[in-house]
Amino acid sequence: MKKNVIAIAAAVCMAAVLTACGGTGTKTETTANATEKAGTESTAAETKTAESAAGGKLVMVTNAEFPPYEYHDNNEIVGIDAEIAKAIADNLGMELEIQDMAFDSLIPAVQSGKADFTAAGMTVNEDRKKNVDFTDTYAKAAQVIIVKEGSDIADPDGLEGKKVGVQTGTTGDIYADDIKDANVQRYNKGMDAVMALTQDKIDAVVIDREPATVFVKDNTGLKILDEAFTEEEYAIAVKKGNTELLEKMNGAIKELKDSGELQKIIDKYITAK
Amino acid sequence: MWEKLRDDFYQNFIVDDRWKYITEGLQNTLKITFFAVLIGILLGFLVAIIRSTYENTGRLKILNAICSVYLTVIRGTPVVVQLMIMYFIIFSFHDPGQIFTAILAFGINSGAYVAEIFRSGISSIERGQFEAGRSLGFNYAQTMWFIIMPQAFKNVVPTLANEFIVLLKETSVAGYIGLQDLTKGGDIIKSRTYSAFFPLISVALIYLVMVMVFSYLVTLLERRLKKSEH
Repeated sequence: MKKNVIAIAAAVCMAAVLTACGGTGTKTETTANATEKAGTESTAAETKTAESAAGGKLVMVTNAEFPPYEYHDNNEIVGIDAEIAKAIADNLGMELEIQDMAFDSLIPAVQSGKADFTAAGMTVNEDRKKNVDFTDTYAKAAQVIIVKEGSDIADPDGLEGKKVGVQTGTTGDIYADDIKDANVQRYNKGMDAVMALTQDKIDAVVIDREPATVFVKDNTGLKILDEAFTEEEYAIAVKKGNTELLEKMNGAIKELKDSGELQKIIDKYITAK
Repeated sequence: MWEKLRDDFYQNFIVDDRWKYITEGLQNTLKITFFAVLIGILLGFLVAIIRSTYENTGRLKILNAICSVYLTVIRGTPVVVQLMIMYFIIFSFHDPGQIFTAILAFGINSGAYVAEIFRSGISSIERGQFEAGRSLGFNYAQTMWFIIMPQAFKNVVPTLANEFIVLLKETSVAGYIGLQDLTKGGDIIKSRTYSAFFPLISVALIYLVMVMVFSYLVTLLERRLKKSEH
């Protein structure tokens, strides 16, 4: 009996400690957010910007499983976004560091200041705008549907009641929620969803057009439906309230657009057109 | 501050019925763990019997060799890799469902650890007990079943409970095959709301509570088993 009491007491203590930790965490987080809302940047952010301005390092996060926008090649992360980011960093006279992580962790990483920005073929949408600030868009994109050749799915309406594979957190995933009666299977990587499709585990994959083109080229027996699921635009995201970096990047993007360099980078990777 | 917290809570759980990602995920996690534990115990028991029989009597040589390979391979590779091999390679031409795939992968994985736990339990019983059984006229199987096993089981309960706690938490990698378990449920909410606090902390608390309840049940079982020690 005595043992039992001690055990319960220990459990309660543990719970109390945990809650206490949680509590403090929230407090700091909320305070930081409140300060930002009031228009004054937190000290940490200020130091970082000051460092960056002095020709420091620019940390970019991306999910390098998304060809041709970003993928691993020869132990390096390359692709359209990587090159655009490099061009922007050169333009700003800063050094670029690219980190690879899961797509659904990108925005939290930028929000928490672990990275300066994310360029990851990220579509601008309202929910995301609430959490990060987007630069001007730099590429047009679309969500398309990949099916096996000979599939009875012919257009977006045909997805009703089917098993649809997506990559967690992508716009394809979010839109797939609205497909009637669909059984949505969320994979960590677009390639895993495509592999499941080739093995008949799912009926279709909804994913961005450019990676879809690469996936279909690399796997026989797959095709992309002519009618796109949705049309959208990509942009780079920075921490909410970091207008200084946002303006700098917009300036750099504009220059790249005007000089035609941006189009050159995109053409270099998307030769299929 | 409270308003912000309340708003966050609302965004993470109430909007679009997002709490369902957590409850559905929890169901899947429990399903996978429960059946994987059953497979693990069954497999582990068989393997332990084969291995101890070989050690004690020198019989079942071929089966013992097969078991050794099984233990080496399963304990020598990470469970998440085994899970993906099961899904993308072994079941590449047929889809028995992700849950079934996960149950099988985690069950086979757990079996290897359970086997060694059982075997250590069996070898923890003095040889004198075994000889006593044989001299009372029991054959090998009867001695094992009536004399060695009951004592061995009591010795391994804490380690066995530990293995199941580990298994429960290890199922959190099920998201790799597109399965929506508890962890993945939290991840999906995180990917919708872009806030990490509520989804991750609530998922962590649910795992913690499950483990605490399970540990409590195990203490009850241990106490019950102690009663027969007279």
